[in-house]
Amino acid sequence: MALNRDFVGRSYPASPPYEVSRVKIREFAAAIGDNNPVYRDREAAQAAGHPDVVAPPTFPIVFSLQSGGEALADPGLGLNFAMVVHGEQRFEYVRPVYAGDRLVVTATITDIRSAGRNELLTVRSEVTTVDGEPVCTTYNTIVERGGAA
Amino acid sequence: MTATVKYDEIEVGHEIPAVDYNVRRLNLVMYAGASGDFNQIHWNERFAKMVGLPDVIAHGMYTMAQAGRFVTDWAGDPGAVVDYGVRFSSMVVVPDDDQGATITVSGVVEEKLADKRVVVGLTARSGDARVLSKARAVVQLA
Repeated sequence: MALNRDFVGRSYPASPPYEVSRVKIREFAAAIGDNNPVYRDREAAQAAGHPDVVAPPTFPIVFSLQSGGEALADPGLGLNFAMVVHGEQRFEYVRPVYAGDRLVVTATITDIRSAGRNELLTVRSEVTTVDGEPVCTTYNTIVERGGAA
Repeated sequence: MTATVKYDEIEVGHEIPAVDYNVRRLNLVMYAGASGDFNQIHWNERFAKMVGLPDVIAHGMYTMAQAGRFVTDWAGDPGAVVDYGVRFSSMVVVPDDDQGATITVSGVVEEKLADKRVVVGLTARSGDARVLSKARAVVQLA
């Protein structure tokens, strides 16, 4: 089913704060098989010049997916989750994400378009600290296979 | 927070040697738990086939994380990656056996920017398929 184009430009209220923990960063690093000590050990991270344990570059998917998820779950959009695969992803950083950060995400649907038989939808998420300091922007494009057929 | 690679020592065309990353079903289960992406196509063969896929496929983000690791290992500092984007151009099919699949990542410095930043173009392959396209990272060098 074609996605509802009226959703382009819709922003969703800022998420509740996501508190980045050392434990979660360690778990994520283990899941991607990366043994870099700056993902696990505060002293190693500080020795490398960071204030605390650093998150891997793709870590914001952990919390940006959830905020975008609210937009995608709206039945009025007409998205069939069973046919969804990931199309594109980008992370644009102002600074790295660190353990101890309290982050809020504001998601906006920036684009819906057809490509062949598929429907493509892009969500931009602005990630800031609870104090309003910009940290990163994520761009997530999902593909609904066969959605435009 | 400083990269170990020096901007002045890197020229456009500099090649970063390929690295193989193995992915088995266990990795996908771990990644599902750590990322919160429990889409069944990444762990349930029956479901994956029902929706027309050849088998369980890796999370695109798992592949993106491997290519990200390739960049951070080269740069020497995860904080040096200031921009990183990919397109998922093909699936990484992960069979239910002890070998799993292999993702081979390589890179080349495509451009030198101001402020000691470089653009690294990334190639990721699994089997015959190029699994990432338009994959590039902007890295802050020393």
